[in-house]
This record gives sequence, structure tokens and C-alpha cells, in this order.
Amino acid sequence: MGILEIKGINKRFGGLQALGNVNLSVAENTVHAIIGPNGAGKSTLLNVLIGKLIPDSGSVMFDGQSVLGRKPHEINQLGISRVFQTPEIFSDLTVFENVMIPCFAKRDGSFRMHAIESVFAEKGIQQQAEEMLADVNMLEKRHMIASSLSRGDKRRLEMAMCLVQDPKLLLLDEPTAGMARADTENTIQLLKDIRAKRGITMAIIEHDMNVVFSLAERITVLAQGMPLVEDTPENIKGHPKVREAYLGEAQV
Amino acid sequence: MLGLNSRDFKLFVIVVILTLAAPMLLNPFPTESAIGQSFNAGYPALMQRFVIFGILAIGFNILFGLTGYLSFGHAAFLGVGSYAAVWMFKLLSYNVLPAILLSVIVAGLFSVVIGYVSLRRSGIYFSILTLAFAQMSYQLAYSVFTPITNGETGLQVYNDDPQILMSAGDPTVPHLFGLRMNGATEWNIGGWTFIFENGYYLCAILLIASFYLSIRIFRSPFGMMLRAIKSNQTRMSYTGLNIKPYMLAAFVISGMYAGLAGGLLAAMDPLTGAERMFWTASGEIVVMAILGGVGTLIGPVLGAGLIKYLENIVSKINDTILHNWFAFMPDWLDNLLVTIIHPFIGKGWHLTLGLLFMAVVIFLPGGLVQGGQKIGALLRRKKSKDTGETATKPAE
Repeated sequence: MGILEIKGINKRFGGLQALGNVNLSVAENTVHAIIGPNGAGKSTLLNVLIGKLIPDSGSVMFDGQSVLGRKPHEINQLGISRVFQTPEIFSDLTVFENVMIPCFAKRDGSFRMHAIESVFAEKGIQQQAEEMLADVNMLEKRHMIASSLSRGDKRRLEMAMCLVQDPKLLLLDEPTAGMARADTENTIQLLKDIRAKRGITMAIIEHDMNVVFSLAERITVLAQGMPLVEDTPENIKGHPKVREAYLGEAQV
Repeated sequence: MLGLNSRDFKLFVIVVILTLAAPMLLNPFPTESAIGQSFNAGYPALMQRFVIFGILAIGFNILFGLTGYLSFGHAAFLGVGSYAAVWMFKLLSYNVLPAILLSVIVAGLFSVVIGYVSLRRSGIYFSILTLAFAQMSYQLAYSVFTPITNGETGLQVYNDDPQILMSAGDPTVPHLFGLRMNGATEWNIGGWTFIFENGYYLCAILLIASFYLSIRIFRSPFGMMLRAIKSNQTRMSYTGLNIKPYMLAAFVISGMYAGLAGGLLAAMDPLTGAERMFWTASGEIVVMAILGGVGTLIGPVLGAGLIKYLENIVSKINDTILHNWFAFMPDWLDNLLVTIIHPFIGKGWHLTLGLLFMAVVIFLPGGLVQGGQKIGALLRRKKSKDTGETATKPAE
């Protein structure tokens, strides 16, 4: 039984079968990648996972609870943190504040009226945020406004904001899309470090083969809204069906 | 100090000193002099407006400055606060304490309702919704709710009102446990007359308390969450935070500040009318915040002060006063200048305000506070340049 269980998901948009009977199980403490060519249904599946789309049928269970139809903040409170294609951070706030906010959300839940006490009286939260920033080598940038960070640092910061909540599942949506080669390598390295240090469960939805094969421990290949195969990276590489659906096209 | 960091504490102390010493600071010119007659602002009626609208602007800034949600209907809460206060005078007694308390509570409840509906949308739609609510409130107060609001005549206290807590010897003007709001101490020093009015000091103390509370809110985790909402709502919800209750709390706090301001207006002068809720009154609050500096602690208070100063000072200047100022010039120049300035004074003060507002928005998007910072930076640079030059001289 995986921490994330997707069972029999169907979703139609008019005449298009975007997802057809998708079954997927993400086991605890693995890095599971979901790949597929354009239009394979990756984004639709992601939107189902985060409660944005309600499927026509099927269930998505996370840690024993259904996520379908839940609001984003509720899904986060269940223990799923999400990394976006372009880093979503609080650009007008300092790096330090960016990391403190998820700490508050983790400790106090989705709403708490703490309007009188000072942020800087919260020693525990501060220490937590500092340790996290030190972990991603950004401690010396803590007083910078987040919008002035380089693109790589923004990604690093977003990752820190997710990790500081100690999520049960880290959901990554094409974390290297549109990145330069060097940035992609850095991101892969960052994710590898996180994996080695924290043993966190990750689900990656990705287009870039290089990223997938250097990180994933399990891979599910989607094609035309159906899961084609699920296996280890080594087996996927040589799989004829996958070659046909995806890799052949990518190697042109 | 007082739970503030040293920079905020300094700002707070400056605000305390300025508000408490305002009756003296705002009267820089001898009372009977021509210039003093025109430009002195240290008389109670005007100073009350400075601080009352200062409180209103501080509250508005908690919503607009922190979350970026532009409410275009804040005058409704002010109006509701005023009505609540006058009703307390009519039913209980002229004591301002229950009046002010009820005005804050009623405005708070009213803003829960308006906020709950308006906050279903953000951006321009939120602004339009609040504007619509405020205009509806205005129309209701003006006609439908005449039994409660006394319609276009305005609500005031009559001799046959119940005033059940009133005993024989009580003052028949607003008072705080016998301390009359319009009572004052006068100081005559040289050509100066300084008036220290009880009503002004009640407002001033409440402004100081409001300002202190707003600093605490700005520096609290709650304030940080509000700034995060302004910055990125997507990340906010994917961080596990529910935006709605945060926004509603900010809206209600802001509405209660407006209610307090409305209650104080009534406490200084126990009558009120629907025009306090008119949309131009809401617009004025927005102008105050932008003029002073949105999102800064002190900016909106400065903006409120500046607008009330212009409204009361520039609108008082007339052609006769101008002719007096320019009397030393040849007649043709005097007439020419008066003709040029004429549209900007008296009833034309809105034109002056409009030009000033345009200039601030175009050249100082951060408002008066940014202007102050720029001047400060300029002075510092000049200073360091001076010292830099003297330092390099010996090397030559």
C-alpha cells in the first residue's frame, strides 16, 4: 500500500479522454516519476492530485484520506507540499520571512489570529527557518528580498519552503522546465542531496529524460491518458513500448 | 521597548510627541497676525479632524497597505459608527465611552457582513463590491431607514430623547464621566494663544493607541501573513494557509478602526448624516493612504493630515486675502497673480489636491514617506560627498 493511491481515474473533456482508468501507487520513501509525451495527461493528473479537477470517476487516497475536491491549503495540511514549474515564492518578502511562513503554517494550522506578538519573539520558528536556510546554503541571503534572487536561488528557496514543513510527499511539477543546462544540473543535485539527507517521498511530473533517469527510483509512463508501463529506470530505458511512445520521439 | 524594535519605538515616540504637542506645533505664527490667521492649524476643530481621520487612515492601511485589497467603501463603516454613537447619546446619556464602544462594535459587525460577501472576489471586483455596498448603505440611510437615521435631516439628540442614564446635573454636551469634550485650557504667551481641548486629547490618546496597535499588527505573524497574501496567493494556499479568514480578519479590524473614527466624530459633535457614507468620502480615504504612502506605518496619517489641512486652510483663502499678500506689487502684477491662483483656492481646493495627488502618484509612487526618504538620502549623500572631498584633499 503506497502513501499515494490513485485508483481508476477517468476524466473526459468533451470528446477527449484525458485520463482513462489510471491506476498509480507511490510507495513511501521512493522517488516516483510520471513521464509522458505532450498531451499524455500529465497536467490533468497533477490537477486531479491537487484537488483542482474532480475526475469523472475513481479515487485518490493520500495517507488513508481522500484528496478529491479538497482545497489547496487542506491538501498541504494533509502533508503534500508542491514545487511549481516556475518557482512560486513570496517575492516582496525577505528570504527569511519566506521560510518562516511555512513554519507557522505547519505549527498553527491553516489560520491563527496572532496579531499582537512579534514575529521576532518566535524563537523556535526562527531557529527552524535558519536551520533550513543553512541546509540549502542560503543563510547569508536571508535578508534579501526574494524577488532579487537569481532563478536558481528562487528554486532553492521554494524547495526550502516546502521542505521546512517536513512533508510526507513532495510533489514536483516539471521542476526544471525552461531552465538552462547548468541550472538543471544544479536542481538535480539539490534534489539528490535532499533525497539523501531526508529520505523524503517525491512524485515528479517531468518531461526531461535526463532529470527523470538521474532521480527516479520508479517510473510510470503515461501515453494518451493511460499508464503504459510502470517499472525501474533501467527497465524503462530498454522497454520497446516506451521507446515507441516516447523515447523514439525524444531522440530525434 | 513596549515590545517594539528600536526603529519602530523611535517612530512611535515621535508620533506621541507630535500628537500631544500639536496645539503648540500647529500654531507657529502669532495668533492675530495675517499669516497666522491664514495658516495656523492649531485650533481644536481642525486638530480633531487630523487625528480622527488619522485613525481612519491607519485602519484603512491595515487592509490596503498589507493585503493590497482596495476597499472603496470604508466610509460606510465610518458612517455606521457615527450613527451608533449618536444613538447611544439619545438612549443613554452624553457620556462618550458607551458611544465609542458601541460604534466600534457595530462597525465591526457590519464589516463582517460586507467583508464576507465582498471577499469572495479580489482585485477590481472586490473594490466594486465594497463601493456598491457603501452606496447602498448611503441610500438606505438617506431614505429607507429614516426612522433610524432621520434621513436627510441627519441624526441628532433632541430634548425629548430618553437618555435614561442622564441625571440632573450632567452636562448637556458630550463628556467623559463629567469631563466636557469641548472644555479647554488656554495659554497666552506673547502673541500666541494655545488651546488645549479635552476632546482633542481624547482623540489624540486614541490615535496613539491605534497607532501602537497598528505597529504591533504590522510586525506580528498575522501582519506577515497579510503581506504574503499581497505577494502571492497561490503560494499562500499551497503553503497550507487559508486566505479567507485572514482577509476577513484584516477587513474587520480595518472596519472597526473606521467605526472608532466615526464614533469620535460624533463624540466631538453629536450629530451625523448620511453624507458621511457617500462614495466621495470613501474615495478621500483612498487618496489619504496613497498620498501619504501605502503600506508604511506613518504614511496614511500624514496623508490624512495633509488633506484635512488643505481642505480647511486652502479653502479659507479668498481673493481679498491674496490681494493683501500681493499688495506690495504693482497693480497689474497683483491682479494677474490673483487671476492665476484664483481657481486653486477657496472652493477650488480640490483642484490643488488633484494636482498634488497627480504629482505624488507620478513622481513619488511611495507617497510622502518616499519623498521624505529621498530627501534624507540626498542629504546623506551630500554629507558623505563633502567628507569624501575633505578626506581626499591631503593626498593631492
